[in-house]
Amino acid sequence: MNKNKQSTGAKIIGLIKGNPIVLLLVIAAIVVGCLKDNFFSWANFSNLMSNTAIRFLIALGVSGCLITKGTDLSAGRQVGFAAVVAGILCQKGDYSGRLWKFMPEMNIGIVFLIVLVVGLVWGLINGLIVTKLHVPPFIATLGTQTIIYGISLVISDAQPIGGFQKIYTTLINGRIGDTRSFHLPYLLFVAAIFGVLFWFIYNKTRHGKYMYAIGGNEVAAEVSGVNTTFTLIRIYATAGVMYAIAGYLLAAKSGGASASMGQGYELEAIAGCTIGGVSTTGGIGTVPGILIGVLVFELLKIILQFLGVNPYYNYVVQGLVIVLAVSLDIRKYIAKK
Amino acid sequence: MSEYVLEMGGVCKSFPGVKALDHAQLKLRPGKVHALMGENGAGKSTLMKCMFGIFKMDEGEIRMDGKPVTITDPMDALNKGIAMVHQELQPIPARTVGENIFLGRYPMKKALGFIPIVDHKKMYDDTAELLRKVRMTFDPRQKVGELSVSQMQSVEIAKAVSANCRVLILDEPTSSLTSNEVEALFRIIDDLKAENVAVVYISHKMDEILRIADDVTIMRDGKYIGTWLASELTTDKIITQMVGRELTNLYPLRTNVPGEVVFEVKDFTSINPRSFRHVNFQLRKGEILGVGGLVGAQRTELMEGLFGIRSHTTGEILYQGKPLPITRPKDAIDHGIAMLTEDRRGSGIMGVLSVADNISISSLNKYLDHGFAINGKKVEQLVQDNVQKMNIKTPSSKTQIKSLSGGNQQKVLVGRWLANDPDVLILDEPTRGIDVGAKYEIYCIIADLAKEGKSIIMISSEMSELIGMSDRIMVMCDGRVTGFIDGNEATQENIMALATQFE
Repeated sequence: MNKNKQSTGAKIIGLIKGNPIVLLLVIAAIVVGCLKDNFFSWANFSNLMSNTAIRFLIALGVSGCLITKGTDLSAGRQVGFAAVVAGILCQKGDYSGRLWKFMPEMNIGIVFLIVLVVGLVWGLINGLIVTKLHVPPFIATLGTQTIIYGISLVISDAQPIGGFQKIYTTLINGRIGDTRSFHLPYLLFVAAIFGVLFWFIYNKTRHGKYMYAIGGNEVAAEVSGVNTTFTLIRIYATAGVMYAIAGYLLAAKSGGASASMGQGYELEAIAGCTIGGVSTTGGIGTVPGILIGVLVFELLKIILQFLGVNPYYNYVVQGLVIVLAVSLDIRKYIAKK
Repeated sequence: MSEYVLEMGGVCKSFPGVKALDHAQLKLRPGKVHALMGENGAGKSTLMKCMFGIFKMDEGEIRMDGKPVTITDPMDALNKGIAMVHQELQPIPARTVGENIFLGRYPMKKALGFIPIVDHKKMYDDTAELLRKVRMTFDPRQKVGELSVSQMQSVEIAKAVSANCRVLILDEPTSSLTSNEVEALFRIIDDLKAENVAVVYISHKMDEILRIADDVTIMRDGKYIGTWLASELTTDKIITQMVGRELTNLYPLRTNVPGEVVFEVKDFTSINPRSFRHVNFQLRKGEILGVGGLVGAQRTELMEGLFGIRSHTTGEILYQGKPLPITRPKDAIDHGIAMLTEDRRGSGIMGVLSVADNISISSLNKYLDHGFAINGKKVEQLVQDNVQKMNIKTPSSKTQIKSLSGGNQQKVLVGRWLANDPDVLILDEPTRGIDVGAKYEIYCIIADLAKEGKSIIMISSEMSELIGMSDRIMVMCDGRVTGFIDGNEATQENIMALATQFE
């Protein structure tokens, strides 16, 4: 067993070899930090953390779909839907632009629970379409994505929703510590709790093992007695709940919601997972990897923003990073042949 | 001019943690069949993949007609006249025979004088010609997915022949063929010999080797052991060289005593009219029931039906007199039935997952703390118990199962099922593609399980294995059970008589 023990130096070199893109971005961050004054500020750090936290929740949701060789294109629209529902229900009772005037002011805790149920329902629908109607996940969620967006537009009347209860926005945007010095946003803790929870589910529970087994070989898993149908439904339902939480948090963080909120987040989440080593051929992916993938992507955005790059070029760079990161990751497997 | 069409010498190849080839060599004479033999994991397939350009050699050289050559990839190998028919066939089922054969080198013509398009007429005419060469009569425009395994193999051979090959590698070509189909294959090989093609023939079947081979090279643990003329060899001598030890018992002495009937199948019929029908049989406690028949006798389909992988219309399964409602594998598993499937890669291993994950997947309920958290130590203990009991060779429990040899993968899968402590164990070709040493170990495990009182159903296409291991043999033909033979009275002849009882 001594063979497995490497020196710390060798380990670091191995880590760098394994994740060149991560190293590159960390170096870029340091360089930008030296050039621009505000880069290494608490405000910027806090901003990065909050952005990463929400994206991380979405990525955790979609990761189960990816590990089982599926995908979930409805993630972004589900986030938007949850944000719209949360937004409507969390409007102040005396706000003149209230969408549903007949309704009394709601407790934001109850709203949270309602949003969770809504997410669960969307996830169940996806799971049932994939497992019972045998529609490939790519197509199934392409369909539900459009349906969900349509319903978001209907219930929000295609209007932006504002006038939230103060407690909703202040709680979600709250932090430990003083804004001007060291402080940690509450969102960071939310992300940490779910990170640990998902790590536990993926590594220590039957559900997690079944998920990897389905990704590794679905037929073999079925023959081994794994209830693949139920496991997949559970994965898509869990994903729906995660998007709902992200949507609830995102509406409060932005101080407003609209049906277009969350558009394209599914692709960012899938990109983050893939950069973090989740294999689209199934069976491979870890929670720390997903965190790194999402973090790297958010770090990249902030670096570009600080460098004053034309925002249109941001997309070009982000796309290049996705292709580069995945091609480097895949080299690891090709080289072993 | 060299005596040999192709020589490989001093070939070394390492994979992470394994030295797969250690100065291996092979010299092929034109117009001769060269058998390459060795236990699984001896490096036969690796050596062939080096020759065919799939793997790069770490060391060593390849000479053709005495001149050194380098082979960069399979396309390069084909251009140099080397063709390979893989152990697991990889056709494109949705495309036609012709398209499969000419894949990657379609005959072209110019439309309107300048637009290059595929010349379908030439392709199908050439295909028909090639099929005649390999003595096959089906339509070149038929979809490959509609062919039987042996027909698909003929297509692969036709594809190899079409490349005007000088060296043809056949990796376990007969593992899924009936004896008639094997004869047809041998006729094709004879034709190829007459055309001066050097054939590399990898197989575990001694009688075939002794019949068809001219030269025999034996490998062991990635090393070259020696090359002999086939006429100088006997089965015993080959086995001795392959394993490096004398094999005294081919089958272990069984001391199991079949008891009362525990498992009964009545009038079991598939939803598919061409599959199994009206099957009745009983299984006793501690009994090994062999299931014999030709390929296509629907033995696998029957067992998959009993296990809930396939659907049935009529019939029932009784366990200790009580009917078992089985509609999916989980139902069968919950009732103490286990099934080792025939297709190890397709429905057995989960390749990218670890040995530990693979072995524990169907018994995870046993390793839980507080009812939900998997205890890693208990899983590790399961792995270690199996590694010791079955002599599984793996660098660690975290190793991806796909990097183990076939025999070791199979042992892991046996371990997966035993972890559930089943009462009835269905084994579908449990020793297919497994080396002689590991085979014997698996026979011992089967014999021990029967002695412990477990009831075993074993499908096997190897006659000697059926006769050597079974208390009773059930023979099937074309979806029907055609008879039962007591293990002591079974001979190849009386099994074959039942297996060919077509209606």
